[in-house]
Amino acid sequence: MNLETSLILFAFLLILVFSLLARRPGRRALRDIPAFSKLRKTIELSVEDGSRLQVSLGSGGIFGPQSAAALAGLTLLRQISSIASDSDAPPIATSGDGVLALLSQDTLRRTYRDLGLDTQFSNRLARVTGLTPFSYGAGTMPLILDSSVSASALMGSFGEEAALITAAGQRKGAFSLAGSYGLAGQALLFASSEQPLLGEELFAAGAYLDAGRAHRASLHAQDVLRWLIILVIASLAFGGLLGLAP
Amino acid sequence: MSRLRAPFSTAVAMAFGLIVLVSLLSPQLASLRGEILSWAILLAAVALLLGLANLFQVHFNRVRNNEKPIYSFVLLAAMFVTFGITLFQGRQGLIADWLFSYIQLPLETSLMAVLAITLTIAAARLVQHRNDFASILFIITLFLVLLGSAPLFGLELPVFTRSLTPYINRVLAVGGMRGLLIGVGLGTLTTGLRILMGADRPFGG
Repeated sequence: MNLETSLILFAFLLILVFSLLARRPGRRALRDIPAFSKLRKTIELSVEDGSRLQVSLGSGGIFGPQSAAALAGLTLLRQISSIASDSDAPPIATSGDGVLALLSQDTLRRTYRDLGLDTQFSNRLARVTGLTPFSYGAGTMPLILDSSVSASALMGSFGEEAALITAAGQRKGAFSLAGSYGLAGQALLFASSEQPLLGEELFAAGAYLDAGRAHRASLHAQDVLRWLIILVIASLAFGGLLGLAP
Repeated sequence: MSRLRAPFSTAVAMAFGLIVLVSLLSPQLASLRGEILSWAILLAAVALLLGLANLFQVHFNRVRNNEKPIYSFVLLAAMFVTFGITLFQGRQGLIADWLFSYIQLPLETSLMAVLAITLTIAAARLVQHRNDFASILFIITLFLVLLGSAPLFGLELPVFTRSLTPYINRVLAVGGMRGLLIGVGLGTLTTGLRILMGADRPFGG
């Protein structure tokens, strides 16, 4: 069995174990990520004051490694829409890819159905704003500037175009939470968004917004794996210093 | 029927996910993986057309409802003209190439130029809104890298250009990037596993 297979199986086992542990009463605490607690408050406020939440899923699509970021964005969309869909201005999702648009429509449709609001759903709530990264950014900007958006969440695969979207949010005075799969996108969003999500924080949205036991379990599994990697790197570096490393 | 949709979608997603995962680990199944990926590419092309239809629907409604109709009208007109020309001439056609080189490319380059200003303003606002340790460190690093990237009024500052900036770029930035990439990799792995376990369903049902 090679290293990749072992790692996948170990991660699978960890998720399984943490899922079973999560059935027990009493929850394991998650470390505080201010971005998510602020997002929660903003969602509640937006429902009260009738303003709109906007979720940008990026233009990365779901083929390739960036798909995980898009799926994390869809989880965020589901959680946001399950709280705010019955408000005066329901959340809007934008994407720059056909498959992602279909998935976001499906996510919203399912949430509306679960809430018994089937008749209020429209495909316009999950829209494609452009099919190249820059046209996507340019198409999302007026949506934020023209409507009563109080919060904008960017979660997916973004490049330079993300700065155009966050700039629109800044001009509107909207809260912005943002995370991207790529490093360039992360660097840009760190500088331009109010609450950036770095590295694995992007994938923690489900666990922090109560998307289910599996999300919390996978977050704990991620933590265990990260500590193992840190230990391996530290041991190898220390071994190298002592001239013991292979 | 709709009650069966969710388990069916989940089963299909889990099965195809598992096949692709196993094929990555077993070279004998590489041709099957190729076949499945070519189906996926075909479906993505159809989804792209549906994405265009969505774009049309949104802007058509804006024109009909008189919500800043001029912009939406220009978008729809440009979309139809470009789509029609590309359909008849192909992507390498004379007019299609002209449209790309003289309209699309300059527009995107202009947006890049706007981006430089946007980012400068964003960096300035960063200190106002988030004056925590990470943000201050970010701004200091930004200044150091900028000072070392180009001569200042023709004057080279060796402390920055030869020592500090290369050290930041080669050691600190690379270390940070690897840390972030490991985090993203772990997140990707657990997200994929959640889908394969059927615990996360961003599709159907």
